[in-house]
Amino acid sequence: MKLDLPKYKTSDEVDFVVVGSGAAGGIMAKELSENGFRVVVLEQGPYLTEADFIHDEIKVVNQDLLTNKPKLQPSSFRKTPNEKAKPQRALVYGRCVGGTSVHFTANFWRFHEIDFIERSKVGPVPGADLRDWPITYADLEPYYTKVEWEIGVSGLAGASPFDPPRSKPYPMPPLPVKGSGVIFERAARKLGWHPFPAPMAILSQSRPGRSACINCGFCLAFGCEVGAKSSSLATAIRMAEKTGRCEIRPNSYVHRIETDSNGRATGAVYFDEQRNTHLQKAKAVVVCANGAETPRLLLLSANKQFPNGLANSNGVVGKYLMLNSGGVTNAVFEHPLNDYKGFAVSRLLHDFYELDPQKVGFYGGGGIDARFDATPISFATGSLPPGTPGWGKTFKDTLAHNFNRTMELFCHGTSLAVENNSFSLDPDLKDAWGLPALCLTYKDHPDDLKLWAWQNQRANELLDAAGAIKKWSQPVGEQQFAVHLLGTCRMGNDPKTSVINSDHRTHDVKNLFLCDGSSLVTSGRGQPTMTIEALAFRAADRITALAKRGEIT
Amino acid sequence: MIENLSRRNFLTRGSAAVSAVWLSAHWPAIVAAAEHAHHAAKSSAPPKFQFFTPEEAAEIDAIAARVIPSDETPGAREAGVVYFIDRGLTTFAVDDQKTYREGLPALQARAHELFPNVEKFSTATPDQQDQILHSLDDQAGPAPGRRSASTSNSFFQAVRIHTIVGFLIDPDSGGNHEGVGWKVIGREPEHMFQPPFGYYDKDYAGWQPNPPDAEKTKA
Repeated sequence: MKLDLPKYKTSDEVDFVVVGSGAAGGIMAKELSENGFRVVVLEQGPYLTEADFIHDEIKVVNQDLLTNKPKLQPSSFRKTPNEKAKPQRALVYGRCVGGTSVHFTANFWRFHEIDFIERSKVGPVPGADLRDWPITYADLEPYYTKVEWEIGVSGLAGASPFDPPRSKPYPMPPLPVKGSGVIFERAARKLGWHPFPAPMAILSQSRPGRSACINCGFCLAFGCEVGAKSSSLATAIRMAEKTGRCEIRPNSYVHRIETDSNGRATGAVYFDEQRNTHLQKAKAVVVCANGAETPRLLLLSANKQFPNGLANSNGVVGKYLMLNSGGVTNAVFEHPLNDYKGFAVSRLLHDFYELDPQKVGFYGGGGIDARFDATPISFATGSLPPGTPGWGKTFKDTLAHNFNRTMELFCHGTSLAVENNSFSLDPDLKDAWGLPALCLTYKDHPDDLKLWAWQNQRANELLDAAGAIKKWSQPVGEQQFAVHLLGTCRMGNDPKTSVINSDHRTHDVKNLFLCDGSSLVTSGRGQPTMTIEALAFRAADRITALAKRGEIT
Repeated sequence: MIENLSRRNFLTRGSAAVSAVWLSAHWPAIVAAAEHAHHAAKSSAPPKFQFFTPEEAAEIDAIAARVIPSDETPGAREAGVVYFIDRGLTTFAVDDQKTYREGLPALQARAHELFPNVEKFSTATPDQQDQILHSLDDQAGPAPGRRSASTSNSFFQAVRIHTIVGFLIDPDSGGNHEGVGWKVIGREPEHMFQPPFGYYDKDYAGWQPNPPDAEKTKA
């Protein structure tokens, strides 16, 4: 089927320009164009499709086929704001149409009620700025359901006793259980815990134009060649294009939001592939560029009227970054699991989602999943037991023995919002276009590290109960590499401490909206994409209502 | 013609053990995967060296053969790793050219220093070769955590990593000749699989709900 895709002129003032085409941007484009608006999506990366998705670990992983390019887009890192940041690769995100949702693991947990009201329940946490959200789980529930049905999530409703209430079951059954999932389920039950089939944004049943998962085994870090992974590329972007009102414009690197003398956004300025500059005019701008690039774009848009950057009169833009902790414990079993077959995760538990700070001595909570997400090269260079030689006969024998017999427990957990943790503009380092590069400043809150260590202990208990013949945890340590990019333009009712209101409208600029990981007030328990997508569905509803009432322009 | 044959072979191989129902439900995906296999098969290993001289290639081949030795099962040599590295040095690893150009003479010097009778690394005995490489090995084993694995300036670390990559990369990508690396680690070559996948899930009785009296308890 050939779609009649619109081509808007940059001088044509469209209803919305959406910056970014990932988890949030894709859904924003779909919803706004389905609601009758004329939309241009500006995506810095290329428009790749299923035919481009290969299993070559060098091209995909080492050469960043799908992700940000460190040579063109350098970054820097420091632990605290008083240090001088050192250039190093500090983050990874999807840089193609569909964004990070193209290559993610696709764990799709909903947040629970507690994630929205935790400050009220546990009180202040020293060294952090823990806050309640201006919305609740109940506000978001219909949109979680929309994600599950419209985008496609497999899972089993009611399987976890800790699950929050839901209005509808999943649209399709869970994916098949893997060996790691069976081992996990049996051992967790021995310990009195409550394992359940992992909700995954991967199809267990085919949908029009998309196959069910064929278990090819190149999942995390790779694009899905059969459309089974529910990326924005395989779902929302195509729905948006079907409206005939949405133009996806790839290779368009937005680096400034233009404003007029009334302080209103007039469009987005971008470089095309040949580095020519254009201004796409629009009645309103929605930035969905991720929790690093969204604050960077606001800061890059500083002008006389907004000297600290757009929507940053309070100085909060870029701050309160949360990365989620992620502890990995590996184990080797007697018989072959062949866990390289299939998607990454089939079983999960949420028994530790809400820990009692009085009992454990720290704030936080998490989830533990059973998985295998390594591909052959990443396994050989990162998943062998400590002390294994890096070459020679013992290396080869261990590799040959362990590849089929290894699984991982991945402990996902909370990160607290800390003011000093941020993405900002590096004062010296520039990208290939001459613009200030991203600087990551991060030092985990002590409670985040305590949680990480505590969950590692649970992982080791589980593996003992499972009869692992060998197990080892990767050491707990302060993070200096960002994958989950959360909280940097957070939502709130108070314009002094937040960047957007509960309609995702910036407090400072009436026709500028932000929606992505940056909107989150708390980090959840380690799987943010489902919530980012639910927020995007809800934000699109709110923005549509404002536009129809004439309250944007 | 060739295209049709290769697609046919692929489909025959892929469908040998699958049910008709599964096959029809996944048909579009299988065709897509077959296109993939064909697309990639066009880029097989080049017949001659692009970066190394034949003499240099013999030395690299000898190092790779100690990193992943050939014994009862194939090693780096059978996987054609030296061809993969040669092509890599003009493509994805072009930044490592200097490391190789400078590293190889240094390796020979070290070989001669440790074993004055040895002219070339490739003519040393396997034991001698291991001793030479150990003397250059600045890293005991794989670094913990995949994300920390990065290119090293050290010549031996570069050859070590490139050998592992050339042994284990997707065979459609120009290394891992005839998939021998995957055979050694027990990874089947198919583009699709169906459960049960292994020993532990083959007798799984199906999902049983958690006990109804399960209480929500805080740890």
